Amino acid sequence: MNMNYTAEELAFRDEVRAFLDAKLPEDIAAKVKGFRKLSKEDHQRWQKILSEQGWYATHWPEQYGGVSWTPVQKHIWDEESCRYGVPRSIPFGVNMVAPVIIKFGSEEQKQQYLPRILSGEDWWCQGYSEPGAGSDLASLKTRAVREGDHYIVNGQKTWTTLGQHANMIFCLVRTNTEVKAQEGISFLLIDMNTPGITVRPIITLDGEHEVNEVFFEDVKVPAENLVGEENKGWTYAKYLLTYERTGLAGIGLSKAALTHLKQLASRRVKNGKPLIQDPTFSQRIAQVEIDLMAAAISNLRIVASVEGGGVPGAESSMLKVRGTEIRQAINDLARRAIGPYAIPFVEEEMDQAYDGEFLSDPDAAPLAAHYFNNRKLSIFGGSNEIQKNIVSKMILGL
Amino acid sequence: MDFRLNEEQQMLQDTVARLVRGEYSFEKRLEYSETELGFSESFWKQLGELGLMAVPFPEELGGFGGTGVEVQSVMTELGRGLCIEPYLQSVVLGGGLISQAGNEQQKEQWLAGIATGETQVAVGLQEPQSFYNTNDVETTAEKAGSDYVLNGRKAVVIGGHSADLLVVSARTSGSSRDASGISLFVIDANAEGLDRRSYPTIDGAKGCDLFLNNVKVGADALLGNEGEAADVIEYQVGRAISALCGEAVGVMEVACDLTLDYLKQRKQFGVPIGKFQVLQHRMADMMSELEQARSMAILAASVADEPQSDERRRVIAAAKNVISRSAQFISEKGIQSHGGIGMTWEYNFAHYAKRLVMINHQLGDDDFHLERYAALLEAN
Repeated sequence: MNMNYTAEELAFRDEVRAFLDAKLPEDIAAKVKGFRKLSKEDHQRWQKILSEQGWYATHWPEQYGGVSWTPVQKHIWDEESCRYGVPRSIPFGVNMVAPVIIKFGSEEQKQQYLPRILSGEDWWCQGYSEPGAGSDLASLKTRAVREGDHYIVNGQKTWTTLGQHANMIFCLVRTNTEVKAQEGISFLLIDMNTPGITVRPIITLDGEHEVNEVFFEDVKVPAENLVGEENKGWTYAKYLLTYERTGLAGIGLSKAALTHLKQLASRRVKNGKPLIQDPTFSQRIAQVEIDLMAAAISNLRIVASVEGGGVPGAESSMLKVRGTEIRQAINDLARRAIGPYAIPFVEEEMDQAYDGEFLSDPDAAPLAAHYFNNRKLSIFGGSNEIQKNIVSKMILGL
Repeated sequence: MDFRLNEEQQMLQDTVARLVRGEYSFEKRLEYSETELGFSESFWKQLGELGLMAVPFPEELGGFGGTGVEVQSVMTELGRGLCIEPYLQSVVLGGGLISQAGNEQQKEQWLAGIATGETQVAVGLQEPQSFYNTNDVETTAEKAGSDYVLNGRKAVVIGGHSADLLVVSARTSGSSRDASGISLFVIDANAEGLDRRSYPTIDGAKGCDLFLNNVKVGADALLGNEGEAADVIEYQVGRAISALCGEAVGVMEVACDLTLDYLKQRKQFGVPIGKFQVLQHRMADMMSELEQARSMAILAASVADEPQSDERRRVIAAAKNVISRSAQFISEKGIQSHGGIGMTWEYNFAHYAKRLVMINHQLGDDDFHLERYAALLEAN
């Protein structure tokens, strides 16, 4: 039983901290810590810095330009980057499609796409969900019919995160309608500039344009953009989802959000005293901090078991549920901490560049919107109910 | 980072597990519980003979200086067997208080017996009005020459009905709830003026309330410096909470296993009830609670024998808060998943369920520890 980092791991943590101290732009970190909007330019600026450091592709083998961190090193990176306010990597290229291309793609695909992901030339988005295929992903209907050296794609994808910025999309498409749902799916890489593709924004309840609908009308996709074998796409999709699920618990993000909450509650006043000393509110904070403490150890136990050669299994599902609930609870408290000032929806104050007078606390404006936005946490990446199904099946054998 | 037990710790846990398997069938437990002693004398002796009571003590007492992890290894298996022997009170808490506060002569006098099981200790830190606050002491100890005369009442002293020695807190100065002015005394169970009202507990053990009416003890009964026991008590209660977390994890493991088996075996509407999603999700929630509890038990063990600090205080309070809530959750949801059978005395699950809820009532419940934690919140 040993919960400490080794000397090498501590040295690595110092290296991470030195890098972030030197290279993380202050304006970007301030936006992240205050739950403010990041522009496409912000993401690209940070990705360039990370790529130059060689730390962008943490899930790739070194031969493709990745960095071979141990699970503990990845954990340290996650903890520190969250604490510093590093923007979350847009995962669709680097952490989702790339591992699939590396594992199942052709040599040509690797050479064509991997360098462009590393350099930030390509911005990928994910074409999985459809209006009729959410949790039941295998029921997807977008059709791809082979015609000579092309596929003709027709259908609709939805919830496409940041698809408005993307020039590439990886899609699950149906290539065989005669067989069991899972056995007729293929994995296609599609250029978003191909004629017949239309992207339409979906405005979410917080007024944000984060997700989109993507329509395909007789879209011609070269056959060489098929990854692996036709009708084997479901296998690749599941492989990708294991990558998606790691880190969805967001323990580091919850820690950062809790720090933000406690600072906010120290500034806010109730009954003439800092809110953090209010009997009710301090207990609410205490409860979520305690629950986060337990989840952080559960997370470390998973990291340590992977470090010891194990594979994270359905434990990640349990932690996804727990971790997202905790983060939502912190967001809930941050919203409560500003009292009636949760009500005004003052978009200009959500902008980091705002230099006018604040209606209330300078951090207040985005909090209610952020709370609503993060209701997504228990829905995406496999809804929390789906995670419990996984636990029932994989761990409990029910 | 490594969360596995080392070889020695694993051997220790296996030893306890074997002993419990051999001695603690469900039927036997009910028998032990109904005896006057209230637990198994032979099992108690074997715990001593196998060196399991010496675990936290130093080598010269036959122990191996075990700390939080080793004590939890023992407690988890005792929990799995739903054992009712007062190991926590005698070895961990009683032994701990004497080890920390006692002078050389006192340690020599008492610890060897505790480490073999020859001496059974019970600890009275609570009073009818104290509601888990160990500083809320109204029992008095007045100096009479070189002696002390104790008067007052100690509440719910588990194992106190059969103990050879009682360690009690009493106020030598100050007023109720002051941290200073609390002292610890070791009292022979046969002392004049000491009355016990014994009772069974709802979770199958036995205990008593202690009534002290002009109980006279010599100066050699005073543990540590007069009036300075509050810190010792807080520290040792912290160790005991870590141990109790270990027990709770053992009880929860079996409660979850039993529930899962039941979901697979019980059929209604022509299928095992585990096919119903609402029960699957509840079971997944129970497992998730167990995982959180395990994590906090590990964390508590890691600080149990570390020097006192606010960080240790926070971890101990957090651990007891999480464990208490998980235990009650698993108890309640487990009964619900079992339906009627979970309500019966004949079926072992019900007894696990009762122990789980009563763990919340020992050494401070989840509300008590939430308040403690909130008082220690750092603004960052």
